[in-house]
Amino acid sequence: MRLSAGAIGFALLLALPAAAQAPMASGAVPEAAPLPVSRPADPASGRKIVVERRRGFCLLCHSGPFPEERFHGDLAPSLAGTGSRWTEGQIRARLIGSTAINPETIMPPYFRKDGGTILTAEEIEDVTAFLTTLRD
Amino acid sequence: MRFFIFLALIAAVPALAQGIAPQDRRSGFETMGPEAQAMQRDDFSNPAMLGVAAGEAAWNSAPANGKPACSGCHGDINATMRGVDARYPARQANGAVMDLTGRIQTCQSQHQAITPEPRESAGLLALQAAVALRSRGMQIEAPASRGLSEAVSRGEALYRQRLGQLNLSCAQCHDDHWGRSLGGTRIPQGHPTGYPIFRLEWQAMGSLQRRLRNCFTGVRAEPFPAGASEWIDLEIYLRQRAAGMASDAPGVRP
Ligand code: HEC
Ligand code: HEC
Repeated sequence: MRLSAGAIGFALLLALPAAAQAPMASGAVPEAAPLPVSRPADPASGRKIVVERRRGFCLLCHSGPFPEERFHGDLAPSLAGTGSRWTEGQIRARLIGSTAINPETIMPPYFRKDGGTILTAEEIEDVTAFLTTLRD
Repeated sequence: MRFFIFLALIAAVPALAQGIAPQDRRSGFETMGPEAQAMQRDDFSNPAMLGVAAGEAAWNSAPANGKPACSGCHGDINATMRGVDARYPARQANGAVMDLTGRIQTCQSQHQAITPEPRESAGLLALQAAVALRSRGMQIEAPASRGLSEAVSRGEALYRQRLGQLNLSCAQCHDDHWGRSLGGTRIPQGHPTGYPIFRLEWQAMGSLQRRLRNCFTGVRAEPFPAGASEWIDLEIYLRQRAAGMASDAPGVRP
């Protein structure tokens, strides 16, 4: 397929946010403030959500320190060490809507206010709290 | 539970619109495991061949109302159905574009004056398998070379559209990440070469539309109704994308 100069320029433009998400440049990654919730965050519940196929289904794409789940995906980085690489606010922003960080991402947006949300605000806070405990 | 289709916020991205190079295309048969391949290779172990046998019986049996059997109009299935599946979906004399299922249903209602068997019924899948077998090994013809370019474009737009709560397009899985593992499942390139299939997970025969419906619910998008023109458009784009590849219908898939 032939790409016009314009198309290539457009592609380069889109590639920029992806580069800006490398851990070394983590200052450039947006942070999200805690969502309003009805109870304190529960990391143990967050871990369950990550592993369960019907709730977080994170392991469809990610691998990580979850020996009880046999099948891990290889479409995304391992979740091991997430809490060492990213701040709590950056993890939350990633869960709420990864396209804000990388427009071409395949990671689903887990929180929406318009009715079609995958996880509730409480669940987002639970998963965020759990991921901050994953340290190298 | 309610499902939503969230439309793409950004239009098709040119950098990703290149797809898979023709020489890199692999059918689901080529990329599936050796056990499923062995099962498909041997007609005596391929469960879809039971469907073919039932379809051949139906081909030759006239309905109770005295109207002709399929063979009454078309004769020997080996001769007259050769290569038909390879050029479907196709435009009919009246201008309508039909997939093979729709074509068979139309013969049932118009020429046999019976209520067409529903999509996904064992009877219709069997007839379709019997017809599709007569194109096995033949190259899938490009729909665009048969006047279906507009449907190809509509289907491609759908293919590149982010869909459902997971906000994923067909292209993101089948062009950009084929061969990778989604949970424990290897993502195939998504070529429609083997339909109808016997799918081991279903333990039954099923159509391409059923397969596509599974991908829709996988991303939590609301599937179109059975037989909707959007499914036909998608099928036509997938056939264009697979043009020149060999048909391996009726196939086995994991
Ligand atoms: C359909 C695929 C997919 C699913 C499902 C998914 N992710 Fe992701 N995730 C990705 C990809 C791909 C990246 C890499 C960055 C990018 O492309 O946006 C990523 C990046 C991340 C990162 C940053 C990783 C790093 O160190 O750079 C975290 C944290 C994360 N995901 C957590 C989760 C959690 C928790 C879930 C489930 C609630 C989840 N993801 C579900 C695809 C997915
Ligand atoms: C999240 C990833 C994902 C998305 C998005 C997706 N699919 Fe699939 N698709 C799969 C997987 C995984 C399989 C194989 C399942 C198996 O082998 O059990 C598959 C199978 C298929 C097949 C069967 C291929 C064969 O060899 O028989 C076709 C055709 C297909 N998909 C087309 C589509 C279309 C069209 C779309 C968009 C409407 C789509 N897919 C969206 C993951 C996806």
